[in-house]
This record gives sequence, structure tokens and C-alpha cells, in this order.
Amino acid sequence: MALSVIPGLGQLYNRRFIKGALFFTLFLSFFILFADFLNIGYWGLVTLGTWVGVDDSRALLIQGIVSVILTFFFILFYWMNFSDARSDANRLRDGWRITTIRSGFKEAWDKGVPYLFIGPGIFMMMFVLILPLLFMVSLAFTNYNIYNSPPRFLLDWVGFDNFKSIFSVPIWRNTLISVLSWTLVWTFVATTLQISLALFLAVIVNDKRVKFKRFIRTMLILPWAVPSFVSILVFAALFNDRFGAVNRTILSPFNVSIPWMTDPFWTKVAIIIVQVWLGFGFVFALFTGVLQSISSDWYEAAEVDGASKWQRFRQITLPHILFATAPLLIMQYTGNFNNFNLIYLFNQGGPPIRNQTAGSSDIIISWVYKLTFETLNYNMAAVISIILGLTVATVAFFQFRRTRSFKEEGKI
Amino acid sequence: MSAKWQSRLELAGIYAFILFMFIVISYPLLWAMGVSLNPGTSLYSATIIPENWSTEHYSWLFTDPNSQYLLWYKNTLIVAFWNTALSLLVVTMLAYAFSRYSFRGRKHGMYTLLLINMFPVLMGMVALYILLNILGLLDTLAGLILIYVGSSIPMHAFLVKGYFDTISRDLDESAKIDGAGHFLIFFRIILPLAKPILAVVALFNFMAPFMDFLLPRIVLRSSENYTLALGLFNLVNQEFSNNFTRFAAGSILIAVPIAAVFLILQRFLISGLTAGATKS
Repeated sequence: MALSVIPGLGQLYNRRFIKGALFFTLFLSFFILFADFLNIGYWGLVTLGTWVGVDDSRALLIQGIVSVILTFFFILFYWMNFSDARSDANRLRDGWRITTIRSGFKEAWDKGVPYLFIGPGIFMMMFVLILPLLFMVSLAFTNYNIYNSPPRFLLDWVGFDNFKSIFSVPIWRNTLISVLSWTLVWTFVATTLQISLALFLAVIVNDKRVKFKRFIRTMLILPWAVPSFVSILVFAALFNDRFGAVNRTILSPFNVSIPWMTDPFWTKVAIIIVQVWLGFGFVFALFTGVLQSISSDWYEAAEVDGASKWQRFRQITLPHILFATAPLLIMQYTGNFNNFNLIYLFNQGGPPIRNQTAGSSDIIISWVYKLTFETLNYNMAAVISIILGLTVATVAFFQFRRTRSFKEEGKI
Repeated sequence: MSAKWQSRLELAGIYAFILFMFIVISYPLLWAMGVSLNPGTSLYSATIIPENWSTEHYSWLFTDPNSQYLLWYKNTLIVAFWNTALSLLVVTMLAYAFSRYSFRGRKHGMYTLLLINMFPVLMGMVALYILLNILGLLDTLAGLILIYVGSSIPMHAFLVKGYFDTISRDLDESAKIDGAGHFLIFFRIILPLAKPILAVVALFNFMAPFMDFLLPRIVLRSSENYTLALGLFNLVNQEFSNNFTRFAAGSILIAVPIAAVFLILQRFLISGLTAGATKS
């Protein structure tokens, strides 16, 4: 058993020579190949560089994170080797005879194939999603901002200082509170409105007395079909205070002119209106699809029993629709929570407010964008990202766990 | 008699509401179309029904030497094609493993996938920027494609896995007994049966580069590498009221084909989505 400490030897002891040799070579080559890289990586991760102007803390940080990921996979491999040797030893003790190379190979292939299938996907996600996320999380614990940015300066670890200052420095705290509350109100109001409108439309268009159903449905889905960045920019022009058609054409007969772009309250109203316009089409299409699949027997039986229209809707239509579309509806909420495109394209998060680092219609994600790419407050952007990520993840995670897609076990 | 009147009244109400929605939906779209046909670049004098019709903006996009519209169109098509091809391959393989095999780490893998899906890609932008810079892929279409493929994996893998779960296991079991290997089963049996969801994923991946302006904005620097969305956004962003008519013309030329594809395939898309997400 102690032999398994060095990968391969355990297998040799079990007299599976080829397997043992393979494991041993892999183990050795890992060390030879990555020793230097890992060494610099961990050194960089701890110190973030020591030569001002030569070491780039950001590159060192990335190399450090890659080292951590590599080590993680190494430990995984090591552990697999360990348990493989142990299970073989147990089987040998129970009187199991060593298989031929051929069938041993076949067994390894069958066991390894799922990893081959997930390999490319996991690899891509490692670099495009996981590594950047870890990088962002680590930035939250550094002093990376506009006054202290590599490659001219070195970064330092500052522990939880950034977290402390976001809750204690007034300008950050106030902005955080106002942005967070608007984000929550925006997510809830806009999404609920767009779902309700879609539900109402889907039900009335599905009424058997309505004619030209196909044409009506196509028209109602149109807002979903048009690329959203086009519609948003068109709306931004329509709502323009001075030139916009909303003030000039639609509201002028009533002698009203509303400051859509310069007043915080009206900007928010406009943004919600635009989102309802953009978002209801997709949900409408979903609901219509479900409605058409509900058997009419249900309704006929309910009618015989004397159920009112409202009762039929409550007891038959609504449960069917919600059951079939629940995960997609949750995705609408999380989608709006992170709806960067609309907020940024419509009014760049404006109008600006005094004594705050975010505009009045900024939601968290657009605030993070501004902090990162406009004011270069990387460390604060990272802190806020962490808060945002944790919020969305916890809410959505508990919802998704209930859906069935998760309980299904894969067996072949 | 009163029941009949009530029914008529209801129906009239329904039609009135639908008509109202029609106006709300079509007004902005018709307005954009009208503006694109106005001569001149001033938004103030532009009207929804042009006084003098003109197609000068459309011909400017295609013929003016300063216009890079066709180049942007080509870039977008390249990105869209590679994004679709690579995503399909990677996503279906991942989904197949999660749907059909039980292997160590499967459950944790699924939770991780779901968790990553919750975080917006925007959050990792700084790191991606530096990473692309190290790899020398900044300001290239290849870098953009890699990010698109990677970031589309979690969400689409779930859609496809949900659909794979609905395909009966008897089929692959019997193929296995007949001696078919893992890859043969995957390519010859599962993939052909999953065509509807593959079409949905392919369409979403193909459309993404046409609609997204944020990632290109961060990755691409020089204007000859722009994709359509970014190029058009810059037309409006630089001098808002000056180029809006030109932007409108350029947008209509991409909005019309995309909208047409969506409308033609909508039934297909929706059934694929609900089947994948809910396994009804």
C-alpha cells in the first residue's frame, strides 16, 4: 500500500506492469515539464513580483492561478492512482486474476471515454470562464486601481481592505445601496411585467374565437426576432429629450414633454417600458407553445363541472404553463439582473448623480463595467463582482436544483 | 341574447388590445425604416414618412470608399461560422458524457457548470484581455471566436443534455450489444436523433456575433476587424445625431434577415427549447 505514494509502483506491485509504467511516466513527465512553471507560478502568486517595472503582477497572477489549476488536476490524478492501486489490491486478495493486456486496455478505454468526451469542453471553460473568474476574485484582494497599475507598479495583497472600504467609505456605501436597490427593483418589476403581459396575450390570442392566429402570433413575436442592440439604439433615439419622436410626436398634442434622458425617475420608467417591449415576445412564444399542447379534454371536463373561466385559468392553464417553463422564466429574471446591453446602450447608465460612482440607472453589472473600463478601479469592480456573483448564484442555484434535469442520473 | 353580446364585447376587447400591441410593436420599427430613407444625416429633420425618399444611405454603405460595411459583414460571418461549428462539437460531446455515462466527478461537474452559468462573462473581461494579450490574440477574430465558444458552453450544454435525456436509452444499449463503439453510437445514433436541439444551438451560436457588441468592443481594436454590431454601434456612438440615419440603414440590412430566420423557425425553436429545458 505504501508503494502507491509514488504513482505506478502500486500497480507494479499488483503485477500490472504496463499500467504501472504508464502511470509512472505520466507522473514523471508532469514534474519535469511543469516544475519551473509551477515554481514561478507559486512564487508570483505569493509575492506578486518583486522588481518594480520588470515583473508584471497581472501576468504573474495569471500564471499563479494556472499553477493552482494544474496542481488541482495533479492531485486528482494522484488520488485516482491511489484508489486504483487499492482496488486492484483488494480484488487480488479476493482471488481475482489479472486480466490480459487486451481486456485491461478495453476496461481502461470504457472508463476513460467519458473524460475524453468532456475534455475539450472542460479545457475551454477552464481558460475562458474559470480562470478569468478566479483572476477577478483575486483582484478583489489587491490594490489594483488607476493610481497603482502594472506594468509600471507592483500590486500587493491587501486582504479584506477593499471589502471593508466598500461598506465604510460613504461614497462607496451610498452608491452600493442605491445601485443594489435599483437593480432589485428593476429585475423584479421589468421581468414580472414582461411575463404578465406575455401570459395575458398568449391566453387571449389562444381564445378559439380569435381569427388570423398565425398572423397575430408572428407580429407579437417580432420584438424578439429583431436584434436587441438595434431596437435599443432606436428606442434611445425615440426617447431623446429634444429630438425624440416620443416627445415631439406622441406627447406634443397633450402639451407634455418628459425629460426621459435627464431625469433619474423618468429614465428608469423608460428603461422598464423598453425592456417589456423587448422581452415579452420570447415569453409569449414559449407560453403559446405550451398552451397549444394542453389537451382540450381538460377544459371540456372543467366546463361540464361548471368551472368559471377564471377557475379554468387558475387550475388548468397556469399550472401547465408554469410547470413547463419554470427554468426558462428563472432565466428571464437572472437575464434582466445582468441586462448590461439595455442599461448601457439606452443611456450609458445615466443621468449621473453627484457624490456617487455610478449613474442613476446603472445596475450592478453596468457599474462594474464602468469601474473596470472607464475609471480603472479594478479592485473595487472585483469586490462588487463577487457580491453580485454570490447573489445571483445562491438564488438561481436553489431554484434550479428543483428542476428535474438535475435528478436524472446518467447510466449506460 | 345577453350571453352572445357579452361574448362579442369580449372579442372586441381582445381585438382592440391586439391592435394596440401591433401599433406599439411596429411604431419603432417603422420609424427606423422611415428614418433610413430620409436624405441627409440630421435626426431632427428626419420624419417617419420621408418627404423626399432617398436610398443614399444604403448606397453609401456599399459603395463609399470610407464604408467598411461589407468587410464587417465578412468578419461577422467568419466568426459566426467558426463559433457554430466549434460550439456544436464541444457542447454535444460534453452533454453526451453528462447524459449517458456515470463517471467519477459527474455530479460535481454538473454543479460547477450550473454555477459558472450564473456569472456574466463580463466579470472575467480584465483577465481575458490580459490572457489574449499574452497569447497574442488580442484584436484578432480567432481570439473573439475562442471566447464565444467557451462562454456559450455551460448554458447550451444544459439544453442539449436535457434533450439527450429524452432519447430512449434502449437504442444505444442495443447498438452497444451489436458491438458499436462509443464514438460510433455518439455520431451515428444520438446526434441524428437530436437534430432539433442541434439546430437550436447552431442558430443561437450563429446569431450571437450578429447581436453582441460588448465582447467585440473589448477584444477588437482596429476598425478593419470590427464585427457588424460593433461597427454600427460606433456609427451612432461617435456622433449621435449625425450618423443615425446611416446607422438605421445598416441596421435594417441585418435586422431583416435575422428577423426572417427567427420568424420562420420560431415554432421549431420554441419546441426545442421547452423540450430541452423541461423534458416534458
